[in-house]
Amino acid sequence: MTAGAGSPHEIPPSVRERTARRRWVAPALAAVFWVASACGPANAQVGHGRSPGEGIGTPRSLADNAVTWPSGAQLTRALLLRDYNTRIVVLGTTLLGIAAGVVGTFAYLRKRAMLGDALSHSTLPGIALAFLLVGHKHLPALLLGASASGILGVLAVVAIRRWSRLKDDAAIGIVLGVFFGFGMVLFSLVQQMKTGEEAGIQGYIYGTAAAMIERDARLIAACAALVILGSALLFKEFRLVCFDPDFAAAQGWPVLGLDLLMMGLVVTTTVVGLQSVGLILIVALLIIPAAAARFWTDRLVAMVALAGVIGAVSGWLGSTLSALMPRLPTGAVIVITAGGLFFASMIFSPHRGLLAGGFRRWRLTRRVAYQHLFRALAELEESAGEGAACSFKDVQRVRSWSAGALRRLVSRSVRRGYIDADALPLLRLTPVGRTEARRVLRNHRLWEMYLIKYADIAASHVDRDADEVEHVLAHEVIRELQWSLAHAGRVPPSPHPQEVSGP
Amino acid sequence: MLVHASPDIDRAVGTDHDRTCPVSIHDMTVAYHRKPVLWDVDYAAEDGELIGIVGPNGAGKSTLIKACLDLVPRASGSVRFYGGTYKRQRRLVGYVPQRESVDWDFPASALDVVTMGRYGRIPWCLPPRRRDREAAMHCLEQVGMADYARRQISRLSGGQQQRVFLARALAQDARIYFMDEPFSGVDAATETAIVALLRNLNAAGKTVLVVHHDLQTVREYFNYVVLLNMRVVAAGPTAQVFTDENLQKTYGGRLTLLDKAADAVAGAGRVP
Repeated sequence: MTAGAGSPHEIPPSVRERTARRRWVAPALAAVFWVASACGPANAQVGHGRSPGEGIGTPRSLADNAVTWPSGAQLTRALLLRDYNTRIVVLGTTLLGIAAGVVGTFAYLRKRAMLGDALSHSTLPGIALAFLLVGHKHLPALLLGASASGILGVLAVVAIRRWSRLKDDAAIGIVLGVFFGFGMVLFSLVQQMKTGEEAGIQGYIYGTAAAMIERDARLIAACAALVILGSALLFKEFRLVCFDPDFAAAQGWPVLGLDLLMMGLVVTTTVVGLQSVGLILIVALLIIPAAAARFWTDRLVAMVALAGVIGAVSGWLGSTLSALMPRLPTGAVIVITAGGLFFASMIFSPHRGLLAGGFRRWRLTRRVAYQHLFRALAELEESAGEGAACSFKDVQRVRSWSAGALRRLVSRSVRRGYIDADALPLLRLTPVGRTEARRVLRNHRLWEMYLIKYADIAASHVDRDADEVEHVLAHEVIRELQWSLAHAGRVPPSPHPQEVSGP
Repeated sequence: MLVHASPDIDRAVGTDHDRTCPVSIHDMTVAYHRKPVLWDVDYAAEDGELIGIVGPNGAGKSTLIKACLDLVPRASGSVRFYGGTYKRQRRLVGYVPQRESVDWDFPASALDVVTMGRYGRIPWCLPPRRRDREAAMHCLEQVGMADYARRQISRLSGGQQQRVFLARALAQDARIYFMDEPFSGVDAATETAIVALLRNLNAAGKTVLVVHHDLQTVREYFNYVVLLNMRVVAAGPTAQVFTDENLQKTYGGRLTLLDKAADAVAGAGRVP
């Protein structure tokens, strides 16, 4: 896909003047501009202000693929938002990131995120048709066309799901493909029109954030305000519908209506985001911030806020990066930035991250090893009498350890004061170690008894299963077991008398 | 089973429902994809009793509940709660869905979920108030889960999740409760807690309908029973209705010899 002649990134002075005169319409936005413009003059040609012929889609030879790295001066210009155009683009994409992150969280939790993909692809025939009818790039008409055909696409998915036995993924795939294909056919008609504006339509597919003008940024700001306001007002309702729609319906909430409102916010965000991120990538901006935010928090309020922040940071960083390296398409850079934040979350999140998970597994393995050793020692002591020492060989006979692994385990236990250092090379528990070993043995036997009593597992198989569960279950579950089994009178005496909570 | 208090008046207003009956189902048929799941169900629940709904897999037990609560469309028939439609009497009805029906990885704490039981009393667009959270906390205490109020729901065990669902229904403060398989896949402690809760609700005069799959405990837990297999096979006091003959009719070939033997053993020790 390549754009034709003419760059959409140049803003005619007349537009700039016209929009400047209408600043009173969005006083809040004007205030932000005022603060930003105090930082410096707004007339340089860095970043998004480009010379014609250097647009995103302009064909270039493969040899001409060097990336122009920005100079320090350009870096500060972009970061301090010294340029009017950069300011508009950065502000617009940041606000879009907020809106997409917030509404995307609800769509993600409602498991409707991929419906957004069908929606965004379905906007293309509407855009092309509106252009064909109006004959030039009239923004309200294009947005109206995009919304109408997008909603039609969503309704088509809902209809297929309702009246056939197809599942969501198939319904979404069908609608997405057919609508997009239909859009491409209409689009080829658009390209045959010689109005000189058909290149602007191209931007809706891949996104040309660099072409954003103040009017677009205002539209996005209004959309972000709508999304935040709607999500704040309907927070309780959205939470309920996302978690348990049946229960919501039983309580009398209009689940369909709430779903439509939620989808309406998704439609609004998608349509205003088409120009800057493009209809192929906009769904990523809906899903990724929400998915990344989920790694950091277990609270819905925090998740919504965090997804907004992650979306905003992606929009800001992505558009700044692409301002510094003008050949990079803004929409793609924004999505890649969001992807980077997602992978960082996936790896480094303290509760759900891969590193934390790996660390927990490592700790579990170690704890299991300790418990095996303690149990073996406690059982050996039980038969040989308290304070008796046993050899490495004795332990290895009960538990199959490699000599090296057992030595390492024993030396760690000695360091922690569980095994008497003076008795080495024989193994003897210290008083602290004995208490711990008996606790482990007791938990183990409780489990054995539970499995015999409740799970109808043959007694000969119990030992192996008990090995699994006793290391996995938490203390409170073990306490529950003690409570339910204490009256049976078959629980081994506890080494901690205060722990017994049963009758 | 239907009690006709005044047939003339009933005919005049076009219903056959009794205003003193907590749940009366009249001539209800439910179909999924043209295939009927429930046929001509006629049933009137006894007021203030613990009622077990028992039947084989695919008998339409869950569908019966969902059709009563207007969650799935009825092909025919009507349901009344103390004489009124569900839409009118919603506040009187509490619901415990199957635990597997939701994604427990949702970002919410146990208290958040229980507070949802109060949402029906909070107007649109307003957040839960302090007294809603206090009421929810009280319900968590009733199921022995107060210590877990702040815990993320995915980090609860299956039994604890089930108790959170029960607490949410308690927070609805209803007179009639529908519970869909509350005993499925729970640990011994939770089973004990649920039984205690059912007895408390019963003592407080609530009507509780419980979908139950464990034939061995039916006699112990429920005073009344509905045997269901696409239609109501039998309904009434457990001692009279829960017989081998009726079970055979309900389960047909699906009731294995083993189940029956286990049931007979359990029953012998428990029948009053």
